[in-house]
Amino acid sequence: MKIVLENLTKIFPSRNKKSSDEVVAVNNFNFEIPDGKLIGLLGPSGCGKSTTLYMISGLQKPTGGKIYFGDDDVTEVSTEKRGIGLVFQNYALYPHLTVRQNILFPLQNLRGADKMSKDDMLKRAYEVAKLVQIEELMDRKPSELSGGQQQRVAIARALVKMPRVLLLDEPLSNLDARLRLQTREEIRRIQKETKITTVFVTHDQEEAMSISDLIVVMKLGVLQQIGAPQDVYDEPANLFVAKFLGTPPINVFDGEVKGGKLYIGDDAVLDVKNVPDMPVTVGIRPEGFVLDENGPFKCRLSNVEVMGRDVSIVSTHPASLNPIIRSIINADHKVEPKNDEVAYTLKPHKVFLFDKETENRIRF
Amino acid sequence: MVDSKQQWKAWLYLAPAIILLLVFTVWPIINTVSMAFLEGYSGLTKTGGDVSFKLGVGNFTHVVAHPDFQQALLNTCLLCVITVPVSTILALLIAVALNAIKPLRKALQTVFFLPYVTNSIAIGMVFAAMFNVIGSVGTRRQIISSYGIVNDVIMALGGDWVNWINSGSAYWANMLVMVVYIVWNALPFKILVLLGGLQSVNKQYYDAAKVDSTPRWRVLTRITVPLLSPMIAYVVITGFIGGFKEYTSIVGIFGEKMGPVHDPGRLNTMVGMIYDSLERDNQGGASAAALILFGIILIVTMINLYVSKKRVHY
Repeated sequence: MKIVLENLTKIFPSRNKKSSDEVVAVNNFNFEIPDGKLIGLLGPSGCGKSTTLYMISGLQKPTGGKIYFGDDDVTEVSTEKRGIGLVFQNYALYPHLTVRQNILFPLQNLRGADKMSKDDMLKRAYEVAKLVQIEELMDRKPSELSGGQQQRVAIARALVKMPRVLLLDEPLSNLDARLRLQTREEIRRIQKETKITTVFVTHDQEEAMSISDLIVVMKLGVLQQIGAPQDVYDEPANLFVAKFLGTPPINVFDGEVKGGKLYIGDDAVLDVKNVPDMPVTVGIRPEGFVLDENGPFKCRLSNVEVMGRDVSIVSTHPASLNPIIRSIINADHKVEPKNDEVAYTLKPHKVFLFDKETENRIRF
Repeated sequence: MVDSKQQWKAWLYLAPAIILLLVFTVWPIINTVSMAFLEGYSGLTKTGGDVSFKLGVGNFTHVVAHPDFQQALLNTCLLCVITVPVSTILALLIAVALNAIKPLRKALQTVFFLPYVTNSIAIGMVFAAMFNVIGSVGTRRQIISSYGIVNDVIMALGGDWVNWINSGSAYWANMLVMVVYIVWNALPFKILVLLGGLQSVNKQYYDAAKVDSTPRWRVLTRITVPLLSPMIAYVVITGFIGGFKEYTSIVGIFGEKMGPVHDPGRLNTMVGMIYDSLERDNQGGASAAALILFGIILIVTMINLYVSKKRVHY
């Protein structure tokens, strides 16, 4: 089941009727979520990603625009009739029901032609429980489960009625670091097995990149970029996307293009053809630096952090827009700094130029 | 832990409350128990001279054997058993409805809360007027007669008027009036507690129920009621305790006769009996009746707690 969002807009009116400080949570969204894929809605808090998810679920009504499931226009269809599964951020498991009763709950609501016999319901509940590996916890109450187990029960409850679309709101935010890694693999596995179109919301770029087929980067209600995680990382559409993706984050500098060369400070660091002379913002990924004694890009060294596999060099440069520059160098290179100075050459495909005004990417 | 050197300070701060409790609660309780077990105890006789009373259970046997006792016990139990479930269910439905609407919620909350701040004797008089059948003398010696508002409504709907509370009225009619009055009077507190409970229920459960396509009735029975079960248990238990102490409501409608003119005492309750005994200066009997009432409330509350332990989900 593909999901199509067409000019989707959500405006929250201001609390005070006299003032006009309404909030545009989602601004004119257009995109298509292909059938059977896992999509990550990604952005900092307040970017409208949860609002988008809740509009897809029907729990919030869009101010404008349309939502299609397949070819059906579901914009005016109530949540109850959309046939979705939703996993809430804090799971919202019914605290007075056991795991089994929680999973059975959606099945018991089926009416008419979909109505199931008791045995079929129990069988289906068991199958789903097995899929998320909680079949041994069926008689416990939610309060007797760990966070990760509750998470799985919530997924099982969402999956049991075979929804057309599965939605997850910050599914991993309540889990500790180790469980988070494990659970995100689990979500990936379950999604691959069931092939249900799945949309999940997260503010953690690593989480989104690691399991999504496609990521959707949002900022202040405006769509920034859609693409496969690696493509978005390698080819960010603007400065915001470049800054938002990647750990450690991208290094940003003030720069200038003059006569086909990129200058950072007084150093001509890279040849950039086809770019007119103009001031630019330069983004360089940490892995875009190559140690080179005769390299054109000279920085003041402040610290070397050895991390085993890699070496992380922390340095400063007057043109840097961040307090420090962090580069990651393969540990094979011995780092022997001279005079507190470190020199690099740059990998061209790890360097991005952005317009100073619009912050859009300038290709070279 | 409070440092033992500082303990006197703690006692000092507690002193006002403790002194009041000792004087007005603990001491009377001790007295009540001792009076109940002194046969034929009477405050008046005692002050009259050097009378000593025999220790024994005579007061209790006297109360239980009293012809009014069975009627009072029956009335009290009937009123409890009928009004507590009815008022709880009504309060639940009203609270859910109030919680579901947005416009006028504040205004309606105030309306439903009004009986709570109104004097129950005053409410009783209004109810008596509503159910009363009166013939009275107007200014120019005209006879103005009324069957009461309730009968007016019944007659407007094509029914026959009922003698609710006047001389010659039937027991069930009296009881029905009492039930309506007590339920109406008990609603505001219960609505308040249940509405408070509803507003603290996490809205996400309802969103989850929506996602699961849960029918409304099932949301009420499978989600709202279980999540409210601690509050429901609370209003049921306090409702039973209040119900066993029913007295003012009957005075409010029937006056101190505790019944219609032709059969005074017909609607007497346990607390009514205690007051009657005190009026006859039979403090021993009153104390014994109070202890019996205490025992009944204790047992019923324990049953309530036992049941709620099984049914309350937190």
